[in-house]
Amino acid sequence: MENKQTGKKQQTVKKVLHYLGKYKLFAFFSLLCAAATAILTLYLPILIGDCIDYIVEPGKVDFATIFSYLKQMALVIGATAVAQWLMNTSNNKITYSVVEDIRKKAFHNLERLPLKYLDSHQSGDIISRIVADVDQFSDGLLMGFTQFFTGIMTIFGTLFFMIRINGKIALVVICITPLSLLVASYIAKKTYTMFQLQSEARGEMTSQIDEMIGNQKVVQAFSHEAEAEKEFYEINEKLSRYSLRAIFFSSITNPSTRFVNSVVYTGVGITGAISAMHGGITVGQLSCFLSYANQYTKPFNEISGVVTELQNALTCAARVFEFIEEEPQIPDEEDALVLEDAKGKVELSQVDFSYQPEKPLIENLNLSVEPGQRIAIVGPTGCGKTTLINLLMRFYDVDGGSISVDGTDIRKMTRGSLRTQIGMVLQDTWLKNGTIRENLLLGKEDATDEEMFEAAKAAHAHSFIKRLPKGYDTVIGEDGGGLSQGQKQLLCIARVMLCLPPMLILDEATSSIDTRTEVKIQEAFARMMKGRTSFIVAHRLSTIQEADQILVMRDGKIIEQGNHQELIQKQGFYYELYHSQFAV
Amino acid sequence: MKKLLRYLKHYKKESVLGPLFKMLEASFELFIPIVMAHIIDVGIAGKNLGYVGKMGVLMVALGLIGLVCSITAQYFAARAAVGFSKELREELFTHIQSLSYTELDTVGTSTLITRMTSDVNQVQNGVNLVLRLFLRSPFIVFGAMIMAFTINGKAAMVFVVTIPLLSVVVFGIMLLSIPLYRKVQEKLDQVLQITRENLTGVRVIRAFHREKKEEGLFRETNDGLVHQQLFVGRISALMNPLTYVIINGAIIVLIWTGAWQVEKGIITQGQVVALVNYMSQILVELVKLANLIISVTKAVACGNRIQSVFELSSSLPEQQTDAGKETFISSKPAEGQGSETAVSFEQVSLTYQNAGEPSLSGIGFQVKKGETIGIIGGTGSGKTSLVHLIPRFYDCTKGTVFVEGKNVKDYSLEELRGKIGIVPQKAVLFKGTIKENMQWGKKDASEEEIWEALRIAQAEEFVKQKEEGLDFMILQGGRNLSGGQRQRLTIARAIVKKPSILILDDSASALDYATDAKLRKAIGNLCSNMTVFIVSQRTASVWHANQILVLEDGRIAGTGTHEQLLKNCQVYQEIYYSQFPKEGAEDGK
Repeated sequence: MENKQTGKKQQTVKKVLHYLGKYKLFAFFSLLCAAATAILTLYLPILIGDCIDYIVEPGKVDFATIFSYLKQMALVIGATAVAQWLMNTSNNKITYSVVEDIRKKAFHNLERLPLKYLDSHQSGDIISRIVADVDQFSDGLLMGFTQFFTGIMTIFGTLFFMIRINGKIALVVICITPLSLLVASYIAKKTYTMFQLQSEARGEMTSQIDEMIGNQKVVQAFSHEAEAEKEFYEINEKLSRYSLRAIFFSSITNPSTRFVNSVVYTGVGITGAISAMHGGITVGQLSCFLSYANQYTKPFNEISGVVTELQNALTCAARVFEFIEEEPQIPDEEDALVLEDAKGKVELSQVDFSYQPEKPLIENLNLSVEPGQRIAIVGPTGCGKTTLINLLMRFYDVDGGSISVDGTDIRKMTRGSLRTQIGMVLQDTWLKNGTIRENLLLGKEDATDEEMFEAAKAAHAHSFIKRLPKGYDTVIGEDGGGLSQGQKQLLCIARVMLCLPPMLILDEATSSIDTRTEVKIQEAFARMMKGRTSFIVAHRLSTIQEADQILVMRDGKIIEQGNHQELIQKQGFYYELYHSQFAV
Repeated sequence: MKKLLRYLKHYKKESVLGPLFKMLEASFELFIPIVMAHIIDVGIAGKNLGYVGKMGVLMVALGLIGLVCSITAQYFAARAAVGFSKELREELFTHIQSLSYTELDTVGTSTLITRMTSDVNQVQNGVNLVLRLFLRSPFIVFGAMIMAFTINGKAAMVFVVTIPLLSVVVFGIMLLSIPLYRKVQEKLDQVLQITRENLTGVRVIRAFHREKKEEGLFRETNDGLVHQQLFVGRISALMNPLTYVIINGAIIVLIWTGAWQVEKGIITQGQVVALVNYMSQILVELVKLANLIISVTKAVACGNRIQSVFELSSSLPEQQTDAGKETFISSKPAEGQGSETAVSFEQVSLTYQNAGEPSLSGIGFQVKKGETIGIIGGTGSGKTSLVHLIPRFYDCTKGTVFVEGKNVKDYSLEELRGKIGIVPQKAVLFKGTIKENMQWGKKDASEEEIWEALRIAQAEEFVKQKEEGLDFMILQGGRNLSGGQRQRLTIARAIVKKPSILILDDSASALDYATDAKLRKAIGNLCSNMTVFIVSQRTASVWHANQILVLEDGRIAGTGTHEQLLKNCQVYQEIYYSQFPKEGAEDGK
């Protein structure tokens, strides 16, 4: 298990390095600058110490030497600043470019993933992979670059310089510093459980808020406010109790490590002073040591922070990579047919399909549709009506058998061309964030205003659009915010009316529209369907009586097939459905 | 944000003691360089081992006192911050409870939820940090300067010049970059929005074969984001090198002036070391301060968002004091056999806030006690708006709504809503047992009462099938029940209340026709005094009503019984025949 995990981690690191490969030169340059920064920063205290050694006492100050040291200092400072700036800038460049590449790749894959994947994964999860995880990764990467390497360089540099000046004092520093790390990790361990309690309480509270505030209207309708408040106060009380503990104990870390640092400082001060008395080191060297003692522990604390951050970043990266590497749909074949001006002959022969292999859904389905025919699909919820549409649009590929349009297997044509030949209105009304115009022109970007108005009028959407503040240029928010469900559905219908493709799929296309408007739209639909092969899914039987063929589905199978009259005569499932609707 | 600070009022002691102890800690820290200077000047120069030892002990002692002070400070700060956020959340929750539907519509509940959770957390964090660090850092910066003055006035002048210079650089860069970071956040939100859109609309996007175009759009937005990030990055990358140059430049000057002062015998070698140390301390603190300010600006932004919720006030003025009293007195005779009409509307119009056109206009009708009223009409015709005026979820903008002969505005909300049982369109249930959910309607409802309500709502059967019966745990949002089951439970919840007015707002939509019919029959058999409003799109659901109101575009297009309307109301005819094509209608009747 452990091995497997480290193996996976290594793979993730490899992949990150692969993305970094493009920016090799920048990375190399950045490392160079990091090394320069660390060494120069450490060299400065030595120069300061040297200066101080020439400021002994009145009358014994060697200004000429001090001046030459100060000149060196100025040079070192300037060089450090330049190196630091170059390092920061190239780190930014590397990080953001890598992140840009990763996001692009992720989105590219998003557009190519089979619907099977997208349908079975929560969209929130995918979004957080592409947005939040990548962001977290970029933070970690940036921090890693800027602090990890300089940190390590500083630690080794300090050790090197300290040992060179005085081994004994260096030993004091080396022995005491781990103490600060121990203290920090001890506290972290202790506070872990408290944080857990806190986040549990917080989760509980969030779900209570979610429930009560989210359904505030119901709460008020039942005058349930006082009870909701009481319940909330209790959870709030609990949360604040846990929070206090978690925040307090975690905030002890800083003062504690600071205390350990001051012990280190004192240790250096005393041992340094003693050896200075015996002439072991000069006062200047002691001051240099003191500033090292201050600096030495800092990278340790930072690195432990960076390591957690980096681990976090790697986990995030792994999640994004997992998404990027998800198998995309089988690409269109090189010589795939581009379907144009389809006649609309659709043939399903011996189609097998299931979402989960162990639960067969559609088995041995046969259907032959002549150009211009109207096919209605009816049946109770979950019977496979929508599945059939998924197959026709080639959102999913059949497991067995074949579907052909105009005599060609749909797997032998490009998906794009197949789909543009089919106009689709779904029950789930999806609109883009943008103006009404942009939404209507989704399928036909070069349509003229007249064409657009005409389509909108046919869909009975024109009058309400005109009443909106900016008419066709009104911006509708994400997922059509502000419009009623029915209005959204009218827009979706207008969108298809504008492109008028040779085949149509209407999946509960009028479910949210009141029956009176529906009757009017039906007329428009009827005009539109003339000469076009259409598939209609509906639960209102009155809307499908005129279909050429009615497929009655149940549990993934077509149990009855025929026109209205035939099916009524048969007195089967359709007959029952039809009569249950009018039985009062 | 400032107004929010009043929630610290119960934690005055903590809010003062926290920073105070922090300052104490900082001042002990400021002594360290001086002690070190003494070690160098007295201990080393005089080769006095005992003195060095003593000073060493002193330094550890200073550190220890600092530790104690600091921990005390952290404790008080944590208490104040946690207490603050607790009271803030309580107030906020209570305040949200008092908002009316109008405010809930304009703000949206999802925003309210984020304000209550993540925004409050951010503010709590901010308060904690401010109490801990906001005084400490400036104190050390200026303290270091003052200590420098005690050593040597001339050398201290270097501090006087350096500190403002550093502040200009640090705060200047921050001022420049904070709004830019906000822009980065906006761009990131755009990336998020496109991603979400492409997921939710994947079928439509693929159906219209727009994958390439969407990818191009994403690329553009993503490029914009990176461009913005690089731009901010370049500016903030200046921070470290610039501060480094300033501080160390100051050290150069310090050494040079220090050297002259030592030459003249004004200060000692150890004091020069101390001065250099003070300078280094300043840098560390300024960087901390800069980070702190970033967190604080975030907290302030969140605080302002919370404040804006507090500034919303309910648009349903309830004259708490006198109206409450008045109803208390007058409610006794009015209740029960007050008047014969249950509900009446007089010239009622309703225009929602920010809406251009009225949703209801000139509505007038009267309902006698015990009657069943059907309300029918197309989507957006104003059916729900109309019934929402009865429990005063909204106030009508013109006209008057009377319940049992009294203007709804003269009731206290609790009394008014106590008379009314409403079943909303969306079947919302809460986490808890079925029994607990039923008791929303009546707090002390007995099991028999609940079973009876379930029976009327046609829910008895499936509840009985559950092993736990009334103690069946409903998950959040009622996830473990089907849509139809949820709907029947919400109906039962309203019936448990035994309201004098029952409103069913399109609440049978998830039920099949047969169950719907049984339900209506059961409600019809209920005590004859209950007035029932049935809102529906189905003519079948309303045709037995004593009176049917036909709504179109917010106006009454016809009133009467089914037969009357079928004869003389064109809108009703159209609705009816759209559902029952002429031959079908004959079948059905």
